[in-house]
Amino acid sequence: MANFDKELDARGLNCPLPILRTKKFLQEMGAGQTLRIIATDPGSVKDFQAFAKQTGNDLLESAEAGGEYTFLIKKKA
Amino acid sequence: MADKKLGIIASKGTLDWAYPPFILASTAAALGYEVQVFFTFYGLALLKKNLDLKVSPLGNPAMPMKMPFGPKWFQGINWNMPNALMANVPGFESLATVLMKQTVKNNGVASIAELRDLCREADVKMIACQMTVELFGFNHSDFIDGLEFGGAATFFEFAGETDVCLFI
Repeated sequence: MANFDKELDARGLNCPLPILRTKKFLQEMGAGQTLRIIATDPGSVKDFQAFAKQTGNDLLESAEAGGEYTFLIKKKA
Repeated sequence: MADKKLGIIASKGTLDWAYPPFILASTAAALGYEVQVFFTFYGLALLKKNLDLKVSPLGNPAMPMKMPFGPKWFQGINWNMPNALMANVPGFESLATVLMKQTVKNNGVASIAELRDLCREADVKMIACQMTVELFGFNHSDFIDGLEFGGAATFFEFAGETDVCLFI
């Protein structure tokens, strides 16, 4: 996975907490910066797609390995 | 594009019914919606300073009764409790509430207090129904700070402009 500016460990958290924490993290970041999120909630795959689509932030990567889901989001300009 | 708007009427005051309004309100706020929730009748219980929400499987046949501890095969058992037992055993509701809270915790689901705090941080506007406050003999001091007290007309001022409006 590409480089990132900040990381959010959302493992063990369930809907809607990973999304709410992500929103909070993004608020404190600058435009164009990237946030990596690690989650274990299987529902987060669709939820992060929907979050990116509705907020205009870019979902650069979405991957799954060993029951963990990682997402890379670039904050919109 | 102007922000989308979500309006919710929260009318239920049990632990299970407390989740949908707070989950939807906080998530919508994270997605950029402007959100207002109107708490009326039993929904007012969700705004109390001392949250003491309970859940009962009585008259709620779809609610699974599961044990949040022990080996996996044991946790998977759905305990079929006859209504007569649930109605007559003292403290059954408290037991069901304790079990559900533990299950919620085990699954990484937020508590109601946590979700309510997240809603407030995200500027979800909460309106308490003044009529119900009087009907049930509550005081404004029973409730958390930062509420607006109003009636149906207050809610419609916002509801009439919403993109999504839900009754829960």
